[in-house]
Amino acid sequence: MNASGAPTSGAAAASSGGGAGLPATGTLIGQDGADAVAAVSVRGLVKRYREVEAVRGIDFDVAVGETFGFLGPNGAGKSTTINMLCTLARPSAGSARVAGHDVARERDQVRRNIGLVFQDTTLDAYLTAEQNLRLHAELYGVPRDLVGGRMRQVLEMVGLWERRKALVSVYSGGMKRRLEIARGLLHSPRVLFLDEPTVGLDPQTRSSIWSYVRELKANEEITIFLTTHYMDEAEYCDRIAIMDNGRIIVLDTPQALKASVGKDRVQIHTEDDQRAIAALRERFGIEATVAEGAVTFGVAEGEQFVPRLFSELGLPIRGVSVTRPSLDDVFMSYTGTTIRDAESSSSNERTRAFARMMSR
Amino acid sequence: MATRARTEASGAAAGAQLQARVPELARVRVPAGGTRGELRAIKVVWKRELIRFVRDPLRILTSLMQPFLFLFVLGTGLSRIASAGTHGVNLRTFVYPGVLCMAVMFTAMFSAASLVWDREFGFLREMMVAPVRRSSLVLGKCLGGATVAGFQGVIVLCLAGLVGVPYAPGLIAAVFGLQLLLAFTITAFGVMVAARISQIQSFMALMQMAIMPMFFLSGALFPVSGLPRWLEVLNRLDPLTYAVDPMRRAVFAHLNISNGARRALDPGVTWWGWHVPGLVAAAVVALLGLAMLLVAIFEFSRAQ
Repeated sequence: MNASGAPTSGAAAASSGGGAGLPATGTLIGQDGADAVAAVSVRGLVKRYREVEAVRGIDFDVAVGETFGFLGPNGAGKSTTINMLCTLARPSAGSARVAGHDVARERDQVRRNIGLVFQDTTLDAYLTAEQNLRLHAELYGVPRDLVGGRMRQVLEMVGLWERRKALVSVYSGGMKRRLEIARGLLHSPRVLFLDEPTVGLDPQTRSSIWSYVRELKANEEITIFLTTHYMDEAEYCDRIAIMDNGRIIVLDTPQALKASVGKDRVQIHTEDDQRAIAALRERFGIEATVAEGAVTFGVAEGEQFVPRLFSELGLPIRGVSVTRPSLDDVFMSYTGTTIRDAESSSSNERTRAFARMMSR
Repeated sequence: MATRARTEASGAAAGAQLQARVPELARVRVPAGGTRGELRAIKVVWKRELIRFVRDPLRILTSLMQPFLFLFVLGTGLSRIASAGTHGVNLRTFVYPGVLCMAVMFTAMFSAASLVWDREFGFLREMMVAPVRRSSLVLGKCLGGATVAGFQGVIVLCLAGLVGVPYAPGLIAAVFGLQLLLAFTITAFGVMVAARISQIQSFMALMQMAIMPMFFLSGALFPVSGLPRWLEVLNRLDPLTYAVDPMRRAVFAHLNISNGARRALDPGVTWWGWHVPGLVAAAVVALLGLAMLLVAIFEFSRAQ
């Protein structure tokens, strides 16, 4: 599955220090033993918008060639972090280096080495796909004799080569996103930032976007830094940082994160959730909460527990589900809430709206 | 699990296909900026304005509407009551230099307005994160606006024969040069305003509020001598005065009219009794344009 072994092992070595505690030097040792400068290196990064602290001091490193995911609900500070890393917002405190350059002091150097795909489209709808790419190539100073070949390559990758002469205004949402990915890759960036690359897209386009990501890993030496709030997508990353309320709560490989939870998640539907929670505490010593409209708790060996539950709870149960640990559970065990519930909480919405307003 | 394996397989297949089609990886090394990079950026932003302009014939027509109304409807309708004071010169001929200015003003304003749209539709972000100076982007935009507005001006210039103005090469060159200059200055003004305004409605309202008084005060519709004191002061403060005046001088230099008519209709702008030469007036427009360009560059460089 993974064609580029070196980056993953580098990432594993880095994360073995225990979650977010990475080597402070900012360099990682690659498989061949040579020193490689980290693709992204962040120290004590803070972003304040007047009274709101959107990012509250984060540290992490991303190895060259790694696919690194930022996971968290809307308003957690993911987009603000990406904006700082791609020089669109100035850090209030701390420092960050991308492709070996400081994001505050060497903005043009950083910009030359990154590709960006934002949540919202940044295409010129009045131009054709080809004109959009040519414009990008000119802005980034891609050597003229290489533009044609490279453009064909990226457009074929996203399956838009045949449609290159069409105006972007007639493209569907999925085609626009694919074109943006192609454009982000046109100047062969060393780090590609994808901010919620699949949000609002149909499942088919989502899966094709993930296949481009894997293809990139196989064919180009590129580091991919993405944010998502889809748990299933985070599984594709080499490492994930879970972010909530402007802080990185935990950072590790998806496998390690799931292993750290250990328990299965059980959700039961009852007539009276409060009595069920009380009964669970009394009879089994289990602390349960209401999440997504069901009484939810974690228990080892969930399948064996269910028969006991039915016989000993003393309350009618209308339905039950047992799930193996997923990243949802990881998120829940570290934050005490599911990602969907976290998204609907009003304080996050406010922070997000405010951050958007300020970043205009 | 099975679906995931399948998508992985198809991803790998697509990868193999890609490599088969593009044998050598056309990996690009982006060179480290420099003057050439900035020039390419200026040129491509300029070119984008042109592409968008020719794609939108409706815009070409709508921005000609107002100049045509002033030239033919107002110029014809008022000609009888004005005939006493024009010394036999057609009123349409008199307002023609003002209309030549007006034609480029509206187009230049719309060019600057597209910056507000670019922000709304996100494209501004694509430009702002590019590894080029903001000054290159702003300059490209202003040059693009000047070019398309200059083209618009040429359409009105072609009508010279209809209002009794000869097609003399020297006249055409002078008028076109002044139009480009004015268009550049108006675009710079619009870009400077657009840096601070994110709503297209507010931008348009503000531009209308600026452009209409500028046009009426400029002397496009009346001779600038012997005005009441308050109007004279406002007229001399209006930047457009310094575009209309040399324009009218250029046009009137090629008309075969009496000296009395020339003195009455083309008295020329004066500063405390001193006749401002055409080149000085044009320099005023150019300096204003440059100053607003610098403000626009400053504002966009500061924006994150």
